[in-house]
Amino acid sequence: MSRYLVTIGLETHVQLKTATKMFCGCSLRFGAEPNTNVCPVCLGYPGALPVMNREAVRLTVVSGLMLGCGINRHSTFDRKNYFYPDMSKDYQISQNTHPLCVGGGVTIRMPEGERRVRINHIHLEEDAAKINHYARHSGVDFNRCGTPLMEIVSEPDLSSPDEAMAYLQALKQILLYAGVSECNLEEGNMRSDVNISVRPEGQETLGTKVEIKNMNTFKGIYAALEYEIARQLAAVSRGGVIVQETRRWEPDLGETQPMRSKENAHDYRYFPEPDLVPVSLDEALVAEWRAALPELPAARRERMVAEYGIPEYDAGVLADAKENADFFEAAARQCGKGLGKTVSNWFMTEVMRLLSEGGRTIAECALTPEALAELVALVDSRVINGPTAKELLPELFASGGMPGALVKARGLGQVSDVSALEGLVEQALAANPKSAEDYRAGKKAAAGFLVGQVMKLSKGKADPQLVGRLVAEKLAGQA
Amino acid sequence: MSHTIDVAYVAELARLELSPDEKSLFQKQLETIVQYVEKIGGLDVEGIEPTMHGQALVNVFREDVVVPSAERERFLANAPERSGCEFKLPKIVEDA
Amino acid sequence: MDIASLTVCEAAEGLRKRAFSSVELTRSVLDAIGAKDGELNAYLSVDAEGALRQAAEADAARAAGADGALLGVPVAVKDLINVDGQPCTCASKILEGYTSAYDATVSARLRAAGAVFAGRTNMDEFAMGSSTEGSAFKVTRNPHDVTRVPGGSSGGSAAAVAGGEALAALGTDTGGSIRQPAAFCGCVGLKPSYGRVSRYGVTAYASSLDQVGPMTRTVEDAAVLLQALAGRDPRDGTTLDVPVPDYRAALKGGLKGLRIGLPKEYYIEGTDPEVMACVRRAVDACAAAGAEVVEVSLPHTEYAIAVYYIVATAEASANLARFDGVRYGHRTASPESVFELYAKSRAEGFGTEVKRRIILGTYVLSSGYYDAYYGRAQKVRTLIRRDYAEAFKRCDVMMTPVAPTAAYRIGEACDDPLKMYLGDIFTVPANLAGLCGLSVPCGRTAAGLPVGLQVLGPAFGEETVLRAAYAYEREVRS
Repeated sequence: MSRYLVTIGLETHVQLKTATKMFCGCSLRFGAEPNTNVCPVCLGYPGALPVMNREAVRLTVVSGLMLGCGINRHSTFDRKNYFYPDMSKDYQISQNTHPLCVGGGVTIRMPEGERRVRINHIHLEEDAAKINHYARHSGVDFNRCGTPLMEIVSEPDLSSPDEAMAYLQALKQILLYAGVSECNLEEGNMRSDVNISVRPEGQETLGTKVEIKNMNTFKGIYAALEYEIARQLAAVSRGGVIVQETRRWEPDLGETQPMRSKENAHDYRYFPEPDLVPVSLDEALVAEWRAALPELPAARRERMVAEYGIPEYDAGVLADAKENADFFEAAARQCGKGLGKTVSNWFMTEVMRLLSEGGRTIAECALTPEALAELVALVDSRVINGPTAKELLPELFASGGMPGALVKARGLGQVSDVSALEGLVEQALAANPKSAEDYRAGKKAAAGFLVGQVMKLSKGKADPQLVGRLVAEKLAGQA
Repeated sequence: MSHTIDVAYVAELARLELSPDEKSLFQKQLETIVQYVEKIGGLDVEGIEPTMHGQALVNVFREDVVVPSAERERFLANAPERSGCEFKLPKIVEDA
Repeated sequence: MDIASLTVCEAAEGLRKRAFSSVELTRSVLDAIGAKDGELNAYLSVDAEGALRQAAEADAARAAGADGALLGVPVAVKDLINVDGQPCTCASKILEGYTSAYDATVSARLRAAGAVFAGRTNMDEFAMGSSTEGSAFKVTRNPHDVTRVPGGSSGGSAAAVAGGEALAALGTDTGGSIRQPAAFCGCVGLKPSYGRVSRYGVTAYASSLDQVGPMTRTVEDAAVLLQALAGRDPRDGTTLDVPVPDYRAALKGGLKGLRIGLPKEYYIEGTDPEVMACVRRAVDACAAAGAEVVEVSLPHTEYAIAVYYIVATAEASANLARFDGVRYGHRTASPESVFELYAKSRAEGFGTEVKRRIILGTYVLSSGYYDAYYGRAQKVRTLIRRDYAEAFKRCDVMMTPVAPTAAYRIGEACDDPLKMYLGDIFTVPANLAGLCGLSVPCGRTAAGLPVGLQVLGPAFGEETVLRAAYAYEREVRS
């Protein structure tokens, strides 16, 4: 049975985080009432004209720089002509001949090792309106029409659904780091179309390409790719032919289906947009934008390892989401030298557990970096013990505030008075004579049990290290 | 350069339904016009940059500042058909 | 007052002197429209109530101390310029029932100057045509001979001004649509340089060629109107940041020492001898007044029509795609598919000339043809621009005929589109090259038909063009 190779390319549309649309001053505030963020320009009224949003250009160039692209010094816009009810002008302003960014790529980490996925180009265009379907009619809402859209076109370098996922995750992370988009898939900030073909191993030329549209989540893309690969492989192994077409992913059916509309065979009749003059970026401006670039995730990981003395693994977990890394660094900086790993431990175990339990992001909870830093400092300086700190954290997480104040108000300071603790140790030994015997018999763990008993007696406030020492001394003294 | 224009195909691209009379009228007239405009084929334009805009300009931008929209009623009032606050279409549309 | 001959400057003077009020002035214009438009058909719609309300506001403002060259002056606009709350049919059935939801920038500027919107004038549908016979609604008649066309596409504006139904009007010019009707009707028509006046709110025909301009009785009036309209507009990214000079002050320069270029490719066989005679007489008179006449050459003139009808129709085919029955305008009844929604709505709404140009424009952009047509045409356009740049090194303005003939009879030119297109030969190059140009009356044919003298200037050279035309009109013309 011959082996087949799969070739996948992705075209990812990213909604840019601007305040206004591509060509007009309409607001992009999400969730507005239908057709309230519209004007003659984005509605395609007679006489309306587009004017370029400078910030959209900057964000696209920043994305290109973050992705290692070359920036075209001279960039132009084109009309892409086709008719559809979500197109207010029945042409889309896009870039065909001279896009803003060319080349570049993303490194993905697969089990087999690292791979580079090349980017063909990045261009800027405007988004279409939203058509809502009802029982007996459809309705168009033009709020989204004209949203700045950055289209990132990859080379067909991907060879499996897993690689496609890795590429999208890496791309999303970089774009989040760049601050160019919210990348919120539920809000439609990042949508992809895929191109996929199969060919027998040993054949140079790529197989017939099929385009798949309408995948709104990463899971959807994965499922669609799996289905389509299976479909194509089944067809070719039967000796069938793959038709070059555009197919729609139907999530409810779990299949891709050919698109019915005549809109399939497009002659876009591209020509330069006469209403928009070219963008000419001089060296100085690109250098200025390059100098202001946020750190790439990889660079950030390296720096955090060096600066805070944390292991690579920790840096990887923390840097996975930029806001987590931001939080960690803010807290760690306030803790002073040597406590980096401690802060990291607190964040990775306790804080992240609370985040995933609550289904929230760090921005959505009330815990501040200052509070976490203070908590770590309180434990480090032995004002409170670890268990006490662990108990305080959920409250700080939910309601904010500073742990020091809480400790003071509730008298949570750990007990470090030796004579008081000695009394409790005596008490514990008296109540558990078998433990002392076990210890003398060689079961060293019995000491831990006794420490636990003392902690209980102290209502958790005893300094556990001190208790441990006292218990050990007492047991040794009894030997 | 062939002068046979596929008027039916071009009309389809332009979303214009033409009557048979219009098709044959345009076929004739457009072939005459196209034959005329093809005279530009006789010129040597090697190395000449095309003029894509009315005047040579670059870098005209607007700042990313919200301009309040007019009331949506002004725009919906012009809709050939409306449904609530949306532009209404018959149920003929497939998701793009 | 005699509305039929009152100029904008005279009206402003009369208003200033309180010889009459804006309400009286506006009422006189409305009366003239009522009396004459049944025959001339220059107007598609008039909002008399709205106009009188604006006039009353202007009078009140004047009483409170305001002043301005256009305060209280009624101005008509071509029916493709958006005025908030008014219709904007573009003389097309596809926009019947459409109400503008915003002001074009030029409308807003007129409004800010206190002008009164006198009414909306007839035109060739979507500005595609040279006779105004392409209107879906009315046939406008030439006031000098009502059996003849007023020219186009701004024929309604020209007829209104020349026919005493307006003091001034706005037109648009993509291939000659201000200058040619001005010539046919015997009034002044100015096409500003591309990028001088905002196109925002002006329904687009050909985006890289369209300009809005004044149509008036005198050159001075044209300068006054241009003053109000000109200047960079943040809503139109193709307007240039060139300072707006005092156009009225620039009028007084005179003809002495002015170098007038005569492009030899414009003085050819095929032009009506009476038209040519008027033009030559005008040039000679300018020379006698001290101007220096030089012969220049614009070698690529013969390709201009071909370039124009490729570029303009291509851009138009995209600009008119938005008329699809979804958001405004005509929608066909009971479409059974999205395709039918579009194809039938557009077929029912557009006239023949519009369909013809959309098909031509779609064809020249279609797959496989771009390089041979649109791509190549834009390169030839560069050659045409270079011709002018070279020639303007040797002259300050050029003087030429506006059209090869005077006004022809209604119905005469309808059957042969190419023949009609060839009538644009003298006007089209200025649009392709982004130049400014105007038409000023320079005589009549034996039959009494007006002939226009075209004065062309380099981009943003309106001052020189106005100066030359003014001197000709005031001092030289017999």
